[in-house]
Amino acid sequence: MRKVPAIIGVYSDPDIMMEAADGARKKGWKNLDAYVPYPLHGLDKALGLKSSWVPWVTLVMGLTGASLGFTLEYWVHVINWPLNIGGKPLNSWPAFIPIVFESGVLIGGISTFVAMWAACKLPNKAPVIHDERFTDDKFGLVIPLDGVVPADAEAYLKASGAEEVKHV
Amino acid sequence: MSAPATEQFLSRDIRLGHVTKDIVAPTERMPSIAWWIAFLTASGMVGIGVVVIYILLTRGQGIFGLSHPYGWAFDITNFVFWIGIGHAGTLISAILFLLRQKWRTAINRSAEAMTIFAVMTAGIFPLLHTGRQWVAYWLVPLPNDRLLWVNFRSPLLWDVFAVSTYFTISLLFWYTGLVPDFATMRDKAKNFLRKKIYGALSLGWTGSMRDWNHYEKAYLLFAGMSTALVLSVHTVVSYDFATSIIPGWHTTIFPPYFVAGAIFSGFAMVVTLLVFMRKAFSLEHYITIRHLELMNKIILLTGMLVGYAYLTEFFIAWYSENPFERYVFMNRLTGPFSWAFYIMFFCNVAVPQVFWFKKMRTSIPIMFVISILVNIGMWFERFNIIVSSLHRDFLPTNWDNFSPTIYDFGWTIGAFGLFLTLFLLFVRVFPTVSIAEIKHSLPKPADTSKEGTHA
Repeated sequence: MRKVPAIIGVYSDPDIMMEAADGARKKGWKNLDAYVPYPLHGLDKALGLKSSWVPWVTLVMGLTGASLGFTLEYWVHVINWPLNIGGKPLNSWPAFIPIVFESGVLIGGISTFVAMWAACKLPNKAPVIHDERFTDDKFGLVIPLDGVVPADAEAYLKASGAEEVKHV
Repeated sequence: MSAPATEQFLSRDIRLGHVTKDIVAPTERMPSIAWWIAFLTASGMVGIGVVVIYILLTRGQGIFGLSHPYGWAFDITNFVFWIGIGHAGTLISAILFLLRQKWRTAINRSAEAMTIFAVMTAGIFPLLHTGRQWVAYWLVPLPNDRLLWVNFRSPLLWDVFAVSTYFTISLLFWYTGLVPDFATMRDKAKNFLRKKIYGALSLGWTGSMRDWNHYEKAYLLFAGMSTALVLSVHTVVSYDFATSIIPGWHTTIFPPYFVAGAIFSGFAMVVTLLVFMRKAFSLEHYITIRHLELMNKIILLTGMLVGYAYLTEFFIAWYSENPFERYVFMNRLTGPFSWAFYIMFFCNVAVPQVFWFKKMRTSIPIMFVISILVNIGMWFERFNIIVSSLHRDFLPTNWDNFSPTIYDFGWTIGAFGLFLTLFLLFVRVFPTVSIAEIKHSLPKPADTSKEGTHA
């Protein structure tokens, strides 16, 4: 998506940009994006973004981590090195719970971290920074020019309240 | 602040561009004389700690005041104290996030930094306390030629897992929060090296909403996991005591009592450090008196929770009809370490009551003094639990009085030095307030026509 030439409208007011994004989506323009200094609530819907898949990784890896924790404990204390302590059961699962919990959180957490950056395609050694103000106080609405007439997009952005329009 | 609305923390005059400039500014100028004095003092304290550790490694555990029956004293007191300090950061970053308490955005970054540094400081103590530090890796379940495994049923091993998980997840959570701010710093940097370093730290973050979409979900998940960790870590630490059969330790109240105490001491430490930080870096508009006041309210609440726990312990000791249990608690009130008990009770239960008064909650000198007293009180709480329970055990022939050596004091000082050194370095090079998050919680400007004049 980023290789396609695009046109960016620069806004100062997040609400105006949000309306512009909403309008652009309704026009049927695809692969919209925005550069924002902080996440705007509702912008994901305005741009037509799907819900993130990262939570599925957390769920699956968290459960995997917990199961691995329990498997290790069971294997060590019941199979590999059973110790009879006062006739207590070898599979004393209540005493295994804290480590099941911790290994679930640990593996779930590390996987979430890795999955999130993978989803963002980061780390990126040479990020394309269109405008240094987008991490400061400006909001940029990106309209990729595949199938969109550049003049239309430019006119739309200007009409919607963009202060500047950039071709990238 | 003009016309403050009831729920307004930040001034309407603050614009997005101001936030970036104000928060990045301290990292762009040369450190002040005051910073150098603080840094040199703190690293001098680290030096003392390093000397003690060197002597410990060359001469052994005997340099400390430890003996029978008190195998634990300053080391584990310091461990529990520092782990506790970390809890405020996690509470602020995770639980307050899930509860949508927007005021947390002003303080979460620095409090999370304290979590990381406190856990690092805490970790030193059990590792060195193991005695044979060169085989400390035996704590981890690794396949080995001794054909032995760790005991997964032992609370001491749960502790290894709990603390290492806590540290890892807190660090990932903290770093995740920092990435967009590093990108802001990279884009603001004029200096080549500065641009490169913050650029690398920012992983190439551009602020694309497609990235924010994943980022926000992951952040929420981290908050959820950290919430579970706030409640679990000190619970597991308390199991070290509660699952033993020592009177004074063997009680079911320990997990909630430890968690409340951890949050109590952690908030006190946050107040202690923020009072200085906001002044030194002119962040008074971001970390306002109202933020500090809310933290003081939490200190008041958790102070009463620990007070309630102290009284419950006494009641249960009496109610148990167990002579050993009763003796331990009588010994706390009247024995050779009763002074530690009274310091603890005064600092943790009596002193925070001052915060019932708004005037006191909003006075910087008062809250500073109280936060220091709470920290002292909480250190003595752990000392009290550990030493006063151990020094007189079941058989009077075993009884002995613990007396610390200079080495005990030395590495305690070293720990404070390490924590402060790391914190002082943090405030110089990292954004001390979460830039992206505070922009998010900024109130709408009263007059939008001025917006953009400072781009």
